[in-house]
Amino acid sequence: MHPALSVLFLTTLIGAGQGLFLALYTGQLYALAQLLPAQGSGFYVGGSVLALGLLVLGLVASFFHLGRPERAWRTATKWRTSWLSREVIVLPAVMGLVALYGLAHALELTARPWFTLAGILPVDATLVVGLLGTLATFALYGATAMIYASVRFLPEWHSPLTVANFLLLGLASGFLLAAAYSAWLGNELVTFFGFWAVVATGLGLVTRGASLRRLGRIKPKSSPQTAIGIRHRTLVQIAQGATAGSFNTREFFHGASPATLQWVRRLFLMLVFPLPVLLLVVGHALASRWLPLVAFGVQYLGLLLERWSFFAEARHPQNLYYQGVA
Amino acid sequence: MTQLALVIDLNVCVGCHACVTSCKQWNTSGWAGPLADHNPYGAGPTGTFFNRVQTFEVGRFPATETLHFPKSCLHCEEPPCVPVCPTGASYKRPDNGVVLVDYDKCIGCKYCSWSCPYGAREYDELERVMKKCTLCIDRILDLTLPERERKPACVLACPTSARLFGDVHDPDSEVSIAIRERGGYALMPEWGTQPANHYLPRRKARLHIDPDELKRVDNPLRREDLTRYTGEEAVDDVAW
Ligand code: SF4
Ligand code: SF4
Repeated sequence: MHPALSVLFLTTLIGAGQGLFLALYTGQLYALAQLLPAQGSGFYVGGSVLALGLLVLGLVASFFHLGRPERAWRTATKWRTSWLSREVIVLPAVMGLVALYGLAHALELTARPWFTLAGILPVDATLVVGLLGTLATFALYGATAMIYASVRFLPEWHSPLTVANFLLLGLASGFLLAAAYSAWLGNELVTFFGFWAVVATGLGLVTRGASLRRLGRIKPKSSPQTAIGIRHRTLVQIAQGATAGSFNTREFFHGASPATLQWVRRLFLMLVFPLPVLLLVVGHALASRWLPLVAFGVQYLGLLLERWSFFAEARHPQNLYYQGVA
Repeated sequence: MTQLALVIDLNVCVGCHACVTSCKQWNTSGWAGPLADHNPYGAGPTGTFFNRVQTFEVGRFPATETLHFPKSCLHCEEPPCVPVCPTGASYKRPDNGVVLVDYDKCIGCKYCSWSCPYGAREYDELERVMKKCTLCIDRILDLTLPERERKPACVLACPTSARLFGDVHDPDSEVSIAIRERGGYALMPEWGTQPANHYLPRRKARLHIDPDELKRVDNPLRREDLTRYTGEEAVDDVAW
């Protein structure tokens, strides 16, 4: 498949934005349980604005993928059958809830609990909005990943591992960004967020590694023989019905050499997994303000390459009708 | 229920591209707007087509055979491209089974094209929507046309009559009979899409002549028996 830049940015940006929001809310819950020092509302407001910014950027990127973005509202109509439609519904919901979460903190609603649960847990607006936001965020991870995982014609994507990768890699970059954000503010939460970023990165390595191993074992279901229905071992395409390519040759081929595919794979495996962890650990040892930020930048770059590779390595059965390009 | 479809006879298709050009002509001049081309007269012409004729070579020289293979949307009975469309722009007509795109609803997300294993959909860069074969829906249902013209443009254009059009659910239709009696098959059956369009296989017309047929025992034209008989009892002499 041809990796469209808009989709690479969409999936990585919203993945990080959702992860950042989850990190903030997790931090708040831990603080509530007095496992972490409580933060002022400014910390949450700033974080929410950052998360919202990433989600908005992702949405903007996605519009570049559409031929007719002005009709995007129509996408909300087929949620019963289309994962793309579901994503388009959940994304604004997540954005709205993140915005509300930031707003509730800005209004210091934590000081005005609605009621107290079991006599110990004061429930306020941020807690409820945050919980709804968490549910919506997980739904969004699922919907985004299922857009790809549900395409049964692309066995490279058609696997639960795709969902696990989108979730874990999104969480990793989000928590890493939360660590970078805290480090920048000189906040002691950097250790907490950094720890979970490393855990998510490690788990992500396991699932992404498994999906890479799976790639090598995939046997395509279709062959040139089933594509045109001629039983002969030697079937060579002479003409594909177009002089200078068509939508089919542009959308379904990446045009990169196998060598490029190889080095992109190696590079993203370095940039997403060991390097940011190393930078984070060094940053922690040096109590650096900016090393965690560098770690996030490096991992984000790696995630763009990871998504590129995710697309480029998927081979569509329609390519059998365009063997001249393959 | 009706399921309109094409049946394409690979045995007689000569790869002349008449169906391609007539399809383009009809569908670029209709109510739905042009089928855009990019650089049509330049060095790298490319554009949107509903129908393409591809050519394959079967076997290794000298035992090769050229196969011309017209390819368009197969109007699948279980179209995987339809449920994935987020806007409902892609749909299958319940009355005649034709799979269509509503160009006024499509947002050009291209997601449907990922769910067609045949590569039958083409995105129009100018109109910025997804397009595909409509089976000339604006022609086959147009009652102002004389009945013999209510057929897809490609079917009318084909000089060798390699393209048959009709209802594949009607067991007595020309297309159903062709599929049944001439080994019609579907493309990529492994995906369970149940394409409505079918292809008729190539067949070699081999004439088998039995030696018996060259020298028939009871050939009335054979020269008469020239044996010179020398008194022995011949069959004719036997008194019955
Ligand atoms: S051939 Fe492709 S576009 Fe046409 S109905 Fe089947 S899946 Fe859909
Ligand atoms: S490109 Fe158009 S027809 Fe295809 S899935 Fe998107 S909205 Fe539907």
